[in-house]
Amino acid sequence: MSAAPPSVLTEGLTKIFGRFTAVDHIDLSIATGEVMGFIGPNGAGKSTTIRMLCGLLRPSAGRAVVAGFDVARKPEAVRAHIGYMSQKFSLYGDLTVRENLRFFGGLYSVRQSEMAERMRFAITMAGLEGRENALVNTLAGGWKQRLALGCAILHRPPVLFLDEPTSGVEPEARRRFWDLIHDLAAGGVTILVSTHYMDEAEYCNRVALIDRGRLAAIGTPSELRGHALGGALFELACSPLGAALAALHRAPGVIEANVFGDRLHVLLADASAAASLHTLLAAANVRAEAPRPIAPSLEDAFVRLVTRTRRPEAAS
Amino acid sequence: MSLRRVLALGFKEFLQVWRDPRSLAVALLMPLMQMVLLGYGVSLDIRRVPLCVQDQENSTESRALVEDFVASGWFAITRTLPDNAAVRTAMDREQCIGALVIPVDFSRVLAATGQAPVQSIFDATDTNTTNIAIGYAEGVISLATADFAARWEAAHGTRPTRVGVVDFEPRVWFNEGLDSKNFIIPGVVAVILALVGAQLTSLTISREWERGTMEQLISTPVQPIELMLGKLVPYFAIGLFDAAFCLAAAIFWFRVPFLGSIVTLALTTSLFTFVVLGIGYLISVRIRSQIGASQVALVLTMLPTTLLSGYTFPIDQMPAAIRALTFIVYPRYYVSILRAVFLKGSGVAELAFPMLALTLYAVFIIWVAARAFRKSLD
Ligand SMILES: Nc1ncnc2c1ncn2[C@@H]1O[C@H](COP(=O)(O)OP(=O)(O)O)[C@@H](O)[C@H]1O
Ligand SMILES: [Mg+2]
Repeated sequence: MSAAPPSVLTEGLTKIFGRFTAVDHIDLSIATGEVMGFIGPNGAGKSTTIRMLCGLLRPSAGRAVVAGFDVARKPEAVRAHIGYMSQKFSLYGDLTVRENLRFFGGLYSVRQSEMAERMRFAITMAGLEGRENALVNTLAGGWKQRLALGCAILHRPPVLFLDEPTSGVEPEARRRFWDLIHDLAAGGVTILVSTHYMDEAEYCNRVALIDRGRLAAIGTPSELRGHALGGALFELACSPLGAALAALHRAPGVIEANVFGDRLHVLLADASAAASLHTLLAAANVRAEAPRPIAPSLEDAFVRLVTRTRRPEAAS
Repeated sequence: MSLRRVLALGFKEFLQVWRDPRSLAVALLMPLMQMVLLGYGVSLDIRRVPLCVQDQENSTESRALVEDFVASGWFAITRTLPDNAAVRTAMDREQCIGALVIPVDFSRVLAATGQAPVQSIFDATDTNTTNIAIGYAEGVISLATADFAARWEAAHGTRPTRVGVVDFEPRVWFNEGLDSKNFIIPGVVAVILALVGAQLTSLTISREWERGTMEQLISTPVQPIELMLGKLVPYFAIGLFDAAFCLAAAIFWFRVPFLGSIVTLALTTSLFTFVVLGIGYLISVRIRSQIGASQVALVLTMLPTTLLSGYTFPIDQMPAAIRALTFIVYPRYYVSILRAVFLKGSGVAELAFPMLALTLYAVFIIWVAARAFRKSLD
């Protein structure tokens, strides 16, 4: 596994629009068959990065190799080996399901002998049986997205780039879409999928967090939680909150304490320090229940990681 | 280059045009409307040239001559006027573009000598119509003359030595049918094809940008040259259909004599259609909004085509500098090809120069189009 070259590799990949750096030295390495999530707020540079990987934008600096081909030097070879779903829905609304599939099959030079089978596969995958002759404009969002995926995989590309494929789609359809992604990955397809839904990060093998064009963190979802926190998180029901906060902020071993609804979230350098919290708070005239360890949400982790990576920038 | 991709693109484009009423209207109704507007503009309106009559004699003979003008169908008598001043006023007010002046001694002189002068005055501001009208007037007069000669012969037993109803200023008209429409209608076909062709393809690329389908399209391995050829395939069929329609109208409706061969016509028309579609495609590649592309196509094709193609304004009467400029106005080649094929029956050999010029244009367009389109969002 480790001997196989990565399906997608970027080194110092950078894109500058005029004086604005949209993507800033991104290093990524995605193994064959891996589902890599690309997460970050709007304007973070996700689409720009994906477009460079598809050969649609020329990198300003750095390099990227996709399916063994350099995107700047061999963009056509790259295009023949990838499937791409752009962020904005971009099939032909005035064509039917079948006509769209046949069109993209033609552009990707899918063999005539294979075409019928590939189309059937795509239609079944998208759950569009019985709607083959419907104009795409008349389909609901979830179907459109699955059809777009179907069009992107007709030629069995080894690498797929999906740019926010689930945005604006109902939760049920989103879940279904992720099932398809995993089926494809199980078949050996390497997938880079961007999203701004934090919960979808959980569906990925690894997640790259991108913020303001920079890679803020990369790892499996559970690795990111651990990195993000740098400690153990506890929930604490107590009152009054103000006095409790003041006491906690002075206490050794407490990294962070924040109000979270009517409770506090306390981050401790060491989980064993939790037991001593009670005495500490009692000394400050705070009534408190026993601290409860909690698993942070990925969203929590991302917020933390982003603030941490932004800090040095603010100082400079 | 992959034929498969070209055909996939062509079929897709065909379906889109087929399902879009606006594109279909441009493709099929625009040539029809323009053929009616431009074609009738040069022929049927001229069929009833408004004419004033100043009949100073008002005799049986003079009234018969006026009647000949009306019966020809080419003239409509709008006014009967007492004197020359009234004629001038009527022309200034555009109540007529010509006047027929029959002198007071017309029938007497005619009976005595077999020849009588009739004056015609034409407004020369619209030289085109005037020339046509003068040609018509000559036609009417020569018929009247023949008729008079026959009656003279019946009465006197011999033909008059000098026959002439009128002392008409002789004008040499280039085609014997007295009919400038034979000259102009083929030009009209060329102009319509140039305008419609460029309109058709000027939207194809900008439509992909505006609908957001371009990003997906250029993420595939499609080559720029395949994109161009694929996009042109359906419009080529439409363009040939339009051309066939306009040419058929010229032959069967406007009755322009057709002396050439259909094969020559088909060959040269295909070449020209390819060039006009290619020009529209290049505009489309350069301009990303549909409205913008359509307007640029209109301006870029309308002015040179109507002014410099020689379809109404003869190229050999232009100043030298402008005449030089017409060599890059591609419709001029097709205008001259059509005239030659229609009126002279020219074949491919005689048309070598304009065909070569159009071929160079076609090659140039393919060369530019293959480079102009970048598969990039930069
Ligand atoms: N063609 C462009 N020209 C100038 N700026 C651009 C262009 N494309 C994207 N940007 C800017 O680059 C930044 C990153 O955009 P994008 O990659 O689309 O972000 P994301 O997909 O993460 O929302 C944004 O600030 C955007 O405005
Ligand atoms: Mg984006």
